[in-house]
Amino acid sequence: MTMEASTDTQQYDAALEGLAKELDAHEKQSAKHKKLVIFAWSGDLDKIWPTFILATTAAAMGMKTTVFFTFWGLFPLVRNDVRITGDNWMQKMMSFMNRGGTEHLHLSKMDFAGMGPAMMKKLADEHHVASPQELLEVARDLGVELIPCGMTMDLLGLTKDDLIDGLAEPAGATTALAEAQDAVTLFI
Amino acid sequence: MSATVTKTLDFKGLSCPLPIAKTAQAMRELSPGDVVEVLATDPGSVPDFKAWSENTGNELLEHTEADGVFRFVIRKA
Repeated sequence: MTMEASTDTQQYDAALEGLAKELDAHEKQSAKHKKLVIFAWSGDLDKIWPTFILATTAAAMGMKTTVFFTFWGLFPLVRNDVRITGDNWMQKMMSFMNRGGTEHLHLSKMDFAGMGPAMMKKLADEHHVASPQELLEVARDLGVELIPCGMTMDLLGLTKDDLIDGLAEPAGATTALAEAQDAVTLFI
Repeated sequence: MSATVTKTLDFKGLSCPLPIAKTAQAMRELSPGDVVEVLATDPGSVPDFKAWSENTGNELLEHTEADGVFRFVIRKA
Protein backbone atom coordinates (compact mmCIF):
# COMPACT_ATOMS: atom_id res chain seq x y z
CA MET A 1 0.00 0.00 0.00
CA THR A 2 2.71 2.44 0.96
CA MET A 3 4.67 1.41 -2.13
CA GLU A 4 1.70 2.25 -4.34
CA ALA A 5 1.19 5.61 -2.72
CA SER A 6 4.81 6.51 -3.23
CA THR A 7 4.61 5.52 -6.94
CA ASP A 8 1.53 7.70 -7.29
CA THR A 9 3.33 10.64 -5.73
CA GLN A 10 6.30 10.14 -7.98
CA GLN A 11 4.09 10.04 -11.06
CA TYR A 12 2.29 13.13 -9.86
CA ASP A 13 5.57 14.94 -9.27
CA ALA A 14 6.86 13.95 -12.70
CA ALA A 15 3.66 15.19 -14.35
CA LEU A 16 3.87 18.44 -12.41
CA GLU A 17 7.48 18.92 -13.41
CA GLY A 18 6.59 18.33 -17.05
CA LEU A 19 3.81 20.87 -16.81
CA ALA A 20 6.10 23.43 -15.19
CA LYS A 21 8.61 22.96 -18.03
CA GLU A 22 5.89 23.45 -20.62
CA LEU A 23 4.68 26.59 -18.89
CA ASP A 24 8.20 27.93 -18.72
CA ALA A 25 8.77 27.27 -22.43
CA HIS A 26 5.47 28.96 -23.22
CA GLU A 27 6.40 31.99 -21.14
CA LYS A 28 9.75 32.25 -22.90
CA GLN A 29 7.99 31.98 -26.24
CA SER A 30 5.61 34.82 -25.45
CA ALA A 31 8.40 36.93 -23.95
CA LYS A 32 10.20 36.50 -27.26
CA HIS A 33 7.58 38.56 -29.00
CA LYS A 34 7.86 41.49 -26.65
CA LYS A 35 11.20 42.66 -27.96
CA LEU A 36 12.57 43.63 -31.33
CA VAL A 37 16.20 44.18 -32.21
CA ILE A 38 17.05 45.41 -35.68
CA PHE A 39 20.60 45.44 -36.96
CA ALA A 40 20.57 48.36 -39.37
CA TRP A 41 23.51 47.65 -41.64
CA SER A 42 22.31 49.38 -44.80
CA GLY A 43 22.10 53.13 -45.22
CA ASP A 44 20.05 52.83 -48.41
CA LEU A 45 16.83 54.82 -48.39
CA ASP A 46 14.76 51.77 -49.33
CA LYS A 47 16.21 49.76 -46.44
CA ILE A 48 16.43 52.33 -43.67
CA TRP A 49 12.84 53.35 -44.42
CA PRO A 50 11.33 49.93 -43.53
CA THR A 51 13.77 49.77 -40.61
CA PHE A 52 12.21 52.92 -39.16
CA ILE A 53 8.68 51.77 -40.04
CA LEU A 54 9.17 48.46 -38.22
CA ALA A 55 10.91 50.05 -35.23
CA THR A 56 8.16 52.66 -34.85
CA THR A 57 5.41 50.08 -35.17
CA ALA A 58 7.05 47.68 -32.73
CA ALA A 59 7.35 50.43 -30.14
CA ALA A 60 3.70 51.38 -30.75
CA MET A 61 2.81 47.73 -30.08
CA GLY A 62 4.54 47.92 -26.75
CA MET A 63 7.63 45.97 -27.79
CA LYS A 64 10.94 46.99 -26.28
CA THR A 65 12.68 48.06 -29.44
CA THR A 66 16.35 48.56 -30.20
CA VAL A 67 18.04 49.47 -33.45
CA PHE A 68 21.77 48.86 -33.66
CA PHE A 69 23.29 50.93 -36.46
CA THR A 70 26.46 49.64 -38.05
CA PHE A 71 28.51 50.28 -41.21
CA TRP A 72 26.42 52.09 -43.87
CA GLY A 73 23.50 52.13 -41.46
CA LEU A 74 25.30 54.84 -39.47
CA PHE A 75 25.12 57.42 -42.25
CA PRO A 76 21.37 58.10 -41.96
CA LEU A 77 22.11 59.16 -38.36
CA VAL A 78 24.52 61.89 -39.49
CA ARG A 79 23.07 65.37 -39.02
CA ASN A 80 21.62 66.70 -42.25
CA ASP A 81 23.76 69.85 -42.02
CA VAL A 82 27.04 68.00 -41.57
CA ARG A 83 28.91 67.68 -44.85
CA ILE A 84 32.41 66.19 -44.56
CA THR A 85 33.24 63.82 -41.73
CA GLY A 86 36.39 61.96 -40.80
CA ASP A 87 40.00 62.66 -39.82
CA ASN A 88 41.93 61.46 -42.83
CA TRP A 89 41.52 61.74 -46.58
CA MET A 90 39.99 58.27 -46.92
CA GLN A 91 37.24 58.91 -44.38
CA LYS A 92 36.70 62.41 -45.78
CA MET A 93 36.39 61.07 -49.30
CA MET A 94 33.95 58.43 -48.11
CA SER A 95 31.71 61.08 -46.56
CA PHE A 96 32.05 63.19 -49.71
CA MET A 97 30.93 60.27 -51.90
CA ASN A 98 28.32 59.05 -49.42
CA ARG A 99 26.76 62.06 -47.75
CA GLY A 100 25.01 61.24 -44.49
CA GLY A 101 21.66 62.42 -43.13
CA THR A 102 18.10 61.33 -43.77
CA GLU A 103 17.75 63.96 -46.50
CA HIS A 104 20.64 62.59 -48.57
CA LEU A 105 19.96 58.88 -48.85
CA HIS A 106 20.08 56.83 -52.02
CA LEU A 107 18.03 53.95 -53.35
CA SER A 108 19.57 50.48 -53.67
CA LYS A 109 18.17 50.30 -57.19
CA MET A 110 16.90 52.84 -59.71
CA ASP A 111 18.79 55.58 -57.95
CA PHE A 112 19.71 57.42 -61.18
CA ALA A 113 22.16 59.72 -59.40
CA GLY A 114 19.59 60.92 -56.90
CA MET A 115 16.63 61.27 -59.27
CA GLY A 116 15.15 58.04 -57.93
CA PRO A 117 15.01 59.26 -54.32
CA ALA A 118 13.56 62.61 -55.45
CA MET A 119 10.76 60.77 -57.24
CA MET A 120 10.28 58.46 -54.29
CA LYS A 121 9.95 61.48 -52.01
CA LYS A 122 7.35 63.00 -54.34
CA LEU A 123 5.40 59.71 -54.38
CA ALA A 124 5.62 59.45 -50.59
CA ASP A 125 4.31 63.02 -50.23
CA GLU A 126 1.43 62.30 -52.60
CA HIS A 127 0.50 59.15 -50.71
CA HIS A 128 1.03 60.74 -47.30
CA VAL A 129 3.72 58.24 -46.37
CA ALA A 130 5.87 59.46 -43.51
CA SER A 131 9.46 60.30 -44.42
CA PRO A 132 12.37 58.51 -42.73
CA GLN A 133 13.04 61.73 -40.80
CA GLU A 134 9.47 61.88 -39.48
CA LEU A 135 9.53 58.18 -38.58
CA LEU A 136 12.85 58.63 -36.82
CA GLU A 137 11.32 61.36 -34.67
CA VAL A 138 8.27 59.22 -33.81
CA ALA A 139 10.56 56.27 -33.04
CA ARG A 140 12.61 58.38 -30.64
CA ASP A 141 9.46 59.71 -29.01
CA LEU A 142 8.09 56.18 -28.51
CA GLY A 143 11.31 55.21 -26.77
CA VAL A 144 13.08 53.18 -29.46
CA GLU A 145 16.67 52.76 -28.38
CA LEU A 146 18.99 53.83 -31.19
CA ILE A 147 22.50 52.50 -30.65
CA PRO A 148 25.32 53.51 -32.96
CA CYS A 149 28.06 50.91 -33.28
CA GLY A 150 31.19 52.42 -31.68
CA MET A 151 33.64 50.39 -33.72
CA THR A 152 32.24 51.38 -37.11
CA MET A 153 31.96 55.00 -35.97
CA ASP A 154 35.73 54.94 -35.44
CA LEU A 155 36.35 53.08 -38.67
CA LEU A 156 34.29 55.47 -40.77
CA GLY A 157 35.45 58.57 -38.90
CA LEU A 158 32.09 59.53 -37.39
CA THR A 159 32.01 61.28 -34.03
CA LYS A 160 29.10 61.77 -31.63
CA ASP A 161 28.99 65.42 -32.75
CA ASP A 162 28.41 64.32 -36.35
CA LEU A 163 25.35 62.31 -35.32
CA ILE A 164 21.85 63.45 -34.40
CA ASP A 165 20.69 63.91 -30.81
CA GLY A 166 18.69 61.35 -28.90
CA LEU A 167 20.90 58.35 -29.60
CA ALA A 168 22.10 55.89 -26.98
CA GLU A 169 25.79 55.82 -26.11
CA PRO A 170 27.87 54.08 -28.82
CA ALA A 171 28.20 50.40 -28.01
CA GLY A 172 29.51 47.16 -29.46
CA ALA A 173 28.25 43.88 -30.83
CA THR A 174 28.03 42.40 -27.33
CA THR A 175 25.48 44.99 -26.22
CA ALA A 176 23.41 44.37 -29.33
CA LEU A 177 23.56 40.59 -29.03
CA ALA A 178 22.82 40.67 -25.31
CA GLU A 179 19.70 42.68 -26.11
CA ALA A 180 18.87 40.27 -28.95
CA GLN A 181 18.92 37.10 -26.83
CA ASP A 182 15.19 37.05 -26.13
CA ALA A 183 14.07 39.25 -29.00
CA VAL A 184 12.79 39.01 -32.52
CA THR A 185 15.81 40.00 -34.61
CA LEU A 186 16.19 41.45 -38.07
CA PHE A 187 19.26 42.31 -40.09
CA ILE A 188 18.42 44.97 -42.65
CA MET B 1 -21.98 49.63 -27.44
CA SER B 2 -21.99 53.29 -26.52
CA ALA B 3 -18.94 53.95 -24.44
CA THR B 4 -18.28 57.64 -23.85
CA VAL B 5 -15.52 58.77 -26.14
CA THR B 6 -13.07 60.98 -24.27
CA LYS B 7 -10.96 61.93 -27.25
CA THR B 8 -11.06 61.85 -31.04
CA LEU B 9 -7.85 61.22 -32.92
CA ASP B 10 -8.08 62.31 -36.53
CA PHE B 11 -5.47 60.47 -38.59
CA LYS B 12 -7.24 60.71 -41.91
CA GLY B 13 -4.80 60.85 -44.80
CA LEU B 14 -1.91 59.28 -42.88
CA SER B 15 -0.34 56.04 -44.09
CA CYS B 16 1.06 53.04 -42.27
CA PRO B 17 2.50 53.04 -39.66
CA LEU B 18 1.49 56.53 -38.52
CA PRO B 19 -2.16 55.88 -37.54
CA ILE B 20 -0.97 53.17 -35.14
CA ALA B 21 2.18 54.99 -34.01
CA LYS B 22 0.31 58.23 -33.35
CA THR B 23 -2.47 56.36 -31.53
CA ALA B 24 0.19 54.78 -29.30
CA GLN B 25 1.66 58.23 -28.67
CA ALA B 26 -1.76 59.66 -27.78
CA MET B 27 -2.62 56.71 -25.50
CA ARG B 28 0.17 57.73 -23.12
CA GLU B 29 -1.81 60.83 -22.18
CA LEU B 30 -4.88 58.78 -21.24
CA SER B 31 -5.88 56.77 -18.19
CA PRO B 32 -6.81 53.08 -18.24
CA GLY B 33 -10.48 52.73 -19.15
CA ASP B 34 -10.55 55.90 -21.25
CA VAL B 35 -12.17 55.44 -24.64
CA VAL B 36 -10.81 57.03 -27.79
CA GLU B 37 -12.14 57.25 -31.30
CA VAL B 38 -9.61 57.03 -34.14
CA LEU B 39 -10.43 58.16 -37.65
CA ALA B 40 -8.25 56.86 -40.48
CA THR B 41 -8.37 56.43 -44.24
CA ASP B 42 -5.51 53.95 -44.66
CA PRO B 43 -7.20 50.62 -45.64
CA GLY B 44 -4.38 48.73 -43.92
CA SER B 45 -5.45 50.24 -40.63
CA VAL B 46 -8.39 47.80 -40.39
CA PRO B 47 -6.28 44.65 -39.86
CA ASP B 48 -3.58 46.74 -38.17
CA PHE B 49 -5.82 48.10 -35.41
CA LYS B 50 -7.14 44.57 -34.77
CA ALA B 51 -3.62 43.17 -34.47
CA TRP B 52 -2.49 46.12 -32.39
CA SER B 53 -5.35 45.80 -29.92
CA GLU B 54 -4.75 42.05 -29.56
CA ASN B 55 -1.07 42.66 -28.89
CA THR B 56 -1.35 45.60 -26.54
CA GLY B 57 -4.53 44.62 -24.68
CA ASN B 58 -6.22 47.89 -25.61
CA GLU B 59 -9.72 46.80 -26.44
CA LEU B 60 -11.15 47.46 -29.88
CA LEU B 61 -14.79 48.10 -29.01
CA GLU B 62 -16.00 48.74 -32.52
CA HIS B 63 -14.89 49.60 -35.99
CA THR B 64 -17.05 50.99 -38.72
CA GLU B 65 -16.60 52.50 -42.14
CA ALA B 66 -18.41 55.42 -43.71
CA ASP B 67 -17.46 57.22 -46.92
CA GLY B 68 -13.97 55.76 -46.95
CA VAL B 69 -13.26 56.76 -43.37
CA PHE B 70 -12.57 54.02 -40.87
CA ARG B 71 -13.60 54.67 -37.28
CA PHE B 72 -12.12 52.67 -34.46
CA VAL B 73 -13.29 52.91 -30.88
CA ILE B 74 -10.66 51.76 -28.43
CA ARG B 75 -10.62 51.40 -24.67
CA LYS B 76 -7.22 51.86 -23.07
CA ALA B 77 -6.03 48.85 -21.09
